[in-house]
Amino acid sequence: MTTIDTHAAGAAGGVTASTSAGVSSVADWFTTTDHKRIGRLFISVSLVALLGVIVIAALLGIERIDAGSAMLGVNSIPQLFALYRVGLTFVVLVPLLLGIAISVVPLQLGARSLTFPRLAAAGFWTWFIGAVLVAISIAANGGPGGGNSKFVGLFLVSHIVLLVGLTAAAGSLATTVLTTRAPGMNMRRVPVFSWSALIGALGLVLVLPAVIGALVFTYIDYRYGRVGFGGNQAIDGWIGFGSTQPATFVYAVPVFGFAAEMIAVASGRRLPMRGVIFTGIGLVAVSSTLGTVLQQSANVSRNIGRASLGGWLSDVVPYAFFYLLPVLGGFIVIALGALAMRGGKPRIIAPLVFGVLGALMVFVGIVANALYQISDAQLAGTVFEEGVWIYIVYGAVLSALGAVTYWGPKLWGRLIPNKQVLPLAALGFVATVLSSLPYLIAGFAKQPANTSEFDYGGPQNLWNGLSAAGHVAMFITVAAFVGLAARSFSKGQAAGDDPWDGQTLEWATSSPAPYANFADVHIVASPEPLLDLKPRRDR
Amino acid sequence: MLALPSAAAPAPRRQVFVGTAVGCAAAASLIGAMLAIWMRFRTNALDVPKGQWLPKGIKVPLVPANTMLLAFLLIGVFAQWSVYAARRDARSHVALGLTLVGVIGVAVVNAQAFIYARMKLPINGKGATAYNTMFYAITGSFLLLLIIGIAFSVITAFRYMGGRTTDREIVSAHALYWYFLGALFFALWFVVYVTK
Repeated sequence: MTTIDTHAAGAAGGVTASTSAGVSSVADWFTTTDHKRIGRLFISVSLVALLGVIVIAALLGIERIDAGSAMLGVNSIPQLFALYRVGLTFVVLVPLLLGIAISVVPLQLGARSLTFPRLAAAGFWTWFIGAVLVAISIAANGGPGGGNSKFVGLFLVSHIVLLVGLTAAAGSLATTVLTTRAPGMNMRRVPVFSWSALIGALGLVLVLPAVIGALVFTYIDYRYGRVGFGGNQAIDGWIGFGSTQPATFVYAVPVFGFAAEMIAVASGRRLPMRGVIFTGIGLVAVSSTLGTVLQQSANVSRNIGRASLGGWLSDVVPYAFFYLLPVLGGFIVIALGALAMRGGKPRIIAPLVFGVLGALMVFVGIVANALYQISDAQLAGTVFEEGVWIYIVYGAVLSALGAVTYWGPKLWGRLIPNKQVLPLAALGFVATVLSSLPYLIAGFAKQPANTSEFDYGGPQNLWNGLSAAGHVAMFITVAAFVGLAARSFSKGQAAGDDPWDGQTLEWATSSPAPYANFADVHIVASPEPLLDLKPRRDR
Repeated sequence: MLALPSAAAPAPRRQVFVGTAVGCAAAASLIGAMLAIWMRFRTNALDVPKGQWLPKGIKVPLVPANTMLLAFLLIGVFAQWSVYAARRDARSHVALGLTLVGVIGVAVVNAQAFIYARMKLPINGKGATAYNTMFYAITGSFLLLLIIGIAFSVITAFRYMGGRTTDREIVSAHALYWYFLGALFFALWFVVYVTK
């Protein structure tokens, strides 16, 4: 037997303490192979980018309040829509959740490092450079539909670069879960967040290269012949599937893992039917990954009951597989989570509130998308899709804020104050509903997507005004959270090794976790190794 | 203070091999998506009356394409020979197997270049078609995977011949990558070169 509090020697980045100052400290961050630092780089950059993109979202919302008057330049509106879509999906949603998983999963697995940490670090820098170039190219009128030919080409190439970086980081993460676990930790004993991170990373490894393939064709055609892919006006049609549903479900899969883990920790109980929860998370990821990669469309109408056998096979079966299975998967996780909470008295901690609300928002998005696919609803081409997308992205953002609050102690050793963060969870929830639900309603009123020019019967100013207000509220939520987190880096309360009464291995090491995570390799005999050692409560 | 039983550091769980498999999955998704788009264009082009997909006057040279396919069969044999020899600590055999894989890989690159030279597909200007740009894009992407494979062979050879003879996992991972490339080329060969 050995104590599990381990303060392993060695500074972050594998360098000595003497090199901590000045330029060398910056160089450490550039060259780091510490998974916690790589994860923090992803999280920091994507949170800053999130603030910028929310400003664009709010501007586009305000622009749509009064469709008759133009606040923004006519030519800039399509570019802002492109930046809004690409930014929130590939510069915020994917890297934010990926960064959290990279910084936490090796700790949960009892591993001393990420597998292929240099690949993950290279993935970060590749993604970062790609993201900057994407922003520059869109700003120079080079996004989808843009008029600057050279920058449209740059947009396509930098989009490829960005996705290659994310794929590399996801590959490193997936390999870590598959190969680098503590002795005794078989796949059934993997923490539920790590499981969702594995499933999500494998989904990324399959989905992102498919988008890259479409981008390569589009770029070669755009750069040379411009004969098959419709030039700059058709770019969105070819690569848009990567930043819409069901691809976004794949990106948001870790949200369900985090919610389930928070329910277990806050309740102080073991998760019931872990295998079923694993299956639920798997259902969301597998059906959404296949739906994205296979690009199968289903023409389902109200009169499903009267469809012929051929109609069932060609439309209803794909619809059920690609759009109803994610609903079932999400429902399983939420229902079992509710069951676990009902059995105990969960502590109301900020990570729990963020995690549960985030998962609920993503689930609402998944359900709404199932409705969007029914042809008789006539929602194609309307802002309904944007509403669904915002539910997914902002739901994932809420979950990510909860994850940073929960695992912050392991990353920088201090707590973000629970009482100050809790109201932000409520504000973030209101912001998510406010910014997305009006678009679901406006979608039924046939408000067209991606344009500020429309006229339909109904209170169109109200719906668009509410949505703009929602984006402003989300900006306040994220900005306040970033401020609280930044303050806690230096002035926050020291966390202690296990401030949340955790159940998994990351709480068995010091806060912040040292470079090599653990001094000893621990044998694991259950999915909740720390819970086994704690005084027995009602579990 | 809480305590958990500790253990000796576990043996590596084939990280390079599993990582290579994950990389292969990503590459399969890349080429699979490109083949799917290719087939969609082909179907759309042929669905209209007198529709044409392959540009007039263009002949796809099948001999080098078939030779490339055969080369992948040989590569599979030599890559597996390296694995077999590595298990028996036969360094010279491993070196020969890896070298042959690399050299035949270079020959496959040469065959692809020969196909480009023979077909002379204009990529822009007069005579440029969707077929042309897509042909270069899909075969070019595969060429990139091929070059990564050759680099993998060189790195494996250097590591093994440099004295890391216990590192047999990388030899297995190297073989896995080349099997995967062979399977991928079979799909490419059938869709792009045979059905055209």
